[in-house]
Amino acid sequence: MALDPILLSRLQFAFVVSFHAIFPVFTIGLASYIAVLQGLYVTTGNRVWDRLGLFWTKVFAVVFGMGVVSGIVMAFQFGTNWSNFSQMAANFIGPMLSYEVVTAFFLEAGFLGVLLFGRHRVSPAVHFFAALMVAVGTFISAFWILATNSWMQTPQGFEIREGVIHVTSWVEAIFNPSFPYRFTHMALAAFLTGGFVVTGVSAWFLLRGRDVDAHKRALSMTLWLLLILTPLQAYVGDEHGLNTLEHQPEKIAAMEGNWETQSNVPLLLFALPDRDLQANRFEIGIPNGASLILRHDPDGVVPGLDQLEPAQQPPVWITFFSFRVMVGLGLLMIAFAVAGLVLRKGGRVYRSRWFLRGLQGMSLAPFVAVVAGWFVTETGRSPWLIYGVLDYADAITPSLSGGMVLFTLLGYIVVYAVIFYAGVYYLCKVIRQGLDERDETDELDSHDRPARPMSAAHVPFDDERDDRAPSRS
Amino acid sequence: MDMFDLSLIWAVIIAFGVIMYVLMDGFDLGLGILFPFAPDEDARDVMMNSVAPVWDGNETWLVLGGAGLIGAFPLVYSILLPAMYIGVFLMLAGLIFRGVAFEFRFKSRRTRTWWNAAFAGGSFVAAFAQGAVVGAYIEGFETANRVFTGGPLDWLTPFSVITGLGLVAGYALLGATWLVLKSEGHVREWARGLVPRLLVGVVVVFAIVSLWTPWIDPGVWERWFDHIQVIWLLPALALACVVGVYTANRKGRELLAFLLTLGMFVFTYLGLLVSRWPYVIPPDYTLWEAASAPASQFFLLVGVLFVVPIILTYTAWSYWVFRGKVRVGEGYH
Repeated sequence: MALDPILLSRLQFAFVVSFHAIFPVFTIGLASYIAVLQGLYVTTGNRVWDRLGLFWTKVFAVVFGMGVVSGIVMAFQFGTNWSNFSQMAANFIGPMLSYEVVTAFFLEAGFLGVLLFGRHRVSPAVHFFAALMVAVGTFISAFWILATNSWMQTPQGFEIREGVIHVTSWVEAIFNPSFPYRFTHMALAAFLTGGFVVTGVSAWFLLRGRDVDAHKRALSMTLWLLLILTPLQAYVGDEHGLNTLEHQPEKIAAMEGNWETQSNVPLLLFALPDRDLQANRFEIGIPNGASLILRHDPDGVVPGLDQLEPAQQPPVWITFFSFRVMVGLGLLMIAFAVAGLVLRKGGRVYRSRWFLRGLQGMSLAPFVAVVAGWFVTETGRSPWLIYGVLDYADAITPSLSGGMVLFTLLGYIVVYAVIFYAGVYYLCKVIRQGLDERDETDELDSHDRPARPMSAAHVPFDDERDDRAPSRS
Repeated sequence: MDMFDLSLIWAVIIAFGVIMYVLMDGFDLGLGILFPFAPDEDARDVMMNSVAPVWDGNETWLVLGGAGLIGAFPLVYSILLPAMYIGVFLMLAGLIFRGVAFEFRFKSRRTRTWWNAAFAGGSFVAAFAQGAVVGAYIEGFETANRVFTGGPLDWLTPFSVITGLGLVAGYALLGATWLVLKSEGHVREWARGLVPRLLVGVVVVFAIVSLWTPWIDPGVWERWFDHIQVIWLLPALALACVVGVYTANRKGRELLAFLLTLGMFVFTYLGLLVSRWPYVIPPDYTLWEAASAPASQFFLLVGVLFVVPIILTYTAWSYWVFRGKVRVGEGYH
């Protein structure tokens, strides 16, 4: 089989961006949580909030560092693999991506340093302000990236002259139809990611009886938050789906595994889509379910894949199953949040071993859900890179050969595997160290500097004693 | 908007960003290149500590340059990156490895040799790839209809290998003069001894590149031999800096030696720029042909003009905070 540079480039972009995205989605949520903790410290004066704040700031520092390192590649991917797209869309995406860099710079230069290293140099109120600004800054960064992506899904505010896109209205282009939904959905996803990691880690500490008082507080407040956010995310996700139905009906067809445009479409719980048959080989569904959800009417007509030539159809398998993974995990998250509420009676929420173990496992769920969600939206718009304007075949770098892409794809996999292993291993060490009783930051402050985020963690990477399997706990 | 040539403003901003990157990331990549040759592990600690507080800020200029390029000169972005496809990958992989090594080497004992290797290897590969980009750039790119049409290894020519090795030597020289400035005792003496040898290497490459460049393209030949004779001042100043670095280093005037090394880079860079000006994708496209729409350039300019002074202030401040010598056993562990 000849190596297809388009398929390989898509795989490479999916790999690089999936790998990168899990870090910011976590840091965005965590930054807000840290701001809340520091705010509680300022208003109540209770040291426990500050200790929790310090602990989670260390975790934040490591994850932020990983995000920065893995993100450098993204700034070059559009040019190396999608040069025709870059050339055509640069008038819009160029300023967008640059503004993200400018925001990140500003954030790093101004407030991250105070948050990471200024704990003993500025007052708690100023420190809280820095935490708040970092949290706001992460959202502004996400704003530019999601505006760019949403524009590629639902482009507007532009015209094409001589094959090049010219922006006619920045406001229309940035605030394109899918942007508000995508941004809200993603912001909630970031909160859920931060929330489930915090509950998972707190549960780990409670199971071991370490710093019980502090982690009980963290667990309790986060479970209240999740109780509100998990159902809210389901609602926002549904609204996002309706927006997609309006603007990208083929994507909905692939998500629902619906081949024929018709009324009374069932909500498929499971199916085996078959492209050659142009039908599902097997399906279990709730009658009229999809029509009800999407059209609020059992007789509602739902678009099917038959609106596209088979060759133009999205890869139904990936879109269909990724969507079910995302929704399934979302429902599981709601279940855990509700279970947390029920178990509060008699304080079982802090003691029930199965619940705490379950929360530990659930800390991975949002990451999987986020990546699955991006798979849905990115594969579902196939074959369009800019929806209705530019398809993959025309967007790719013309000089690219399959061998070149395969070489760099394997290269990035090796590079990222090493970083991921080292980073996660180190992150586990930081978490295991727990809440410091003695605060090391004082003595080390003079040698640290804001621009090296990970140095805020103050945890050795390895030591002489620990010379066996790194996964040992 | 029409009063200003936005493309020209952007060309200056990006040229400035590139030289800032080369000067600032240059000396810490240089330390990475010298890393395997350090006399002992104490010296390596000093080397890394001397740049640990600032390297991350140095690298941000590269990201700003990359993002600025797609915003202001998308054609450069969409031709240069495909043309340098493999080279760009090597550079990024190198930068990632050395960045992670910065974070983890200090925190490790058992795995330290691995992080040392990642730091040195990453720095060397990144520096070589950047130098090769310069060489490939001077030689020009095969294009048709605003698209790169050459092969994957077109950038790897004898000329670009020489510029690649030249930049490795140049960065090593920057690293050495920086280390003389930031260290004392045996580390300083070792670094001082390196300077003359590295200077020889740099001058040899400088001579080869200077003699070779005018023959690459008739346009470059004309530029140097037919028109404005005043541009000969640039290589002359670069050579004067070389002599200055040698003398200052011998006399132990460490700050002067470092600054003159920076000067050598600046004049060589300007020399290369005038060779090809105003072509940003030699030999076919000028900076005006490669520009994005004025509305886009203007939209982005607002943000960049706002943030660049802040970055410069912040950078100056962090160099000031971490001024002075780094001693053995001192610094972050």
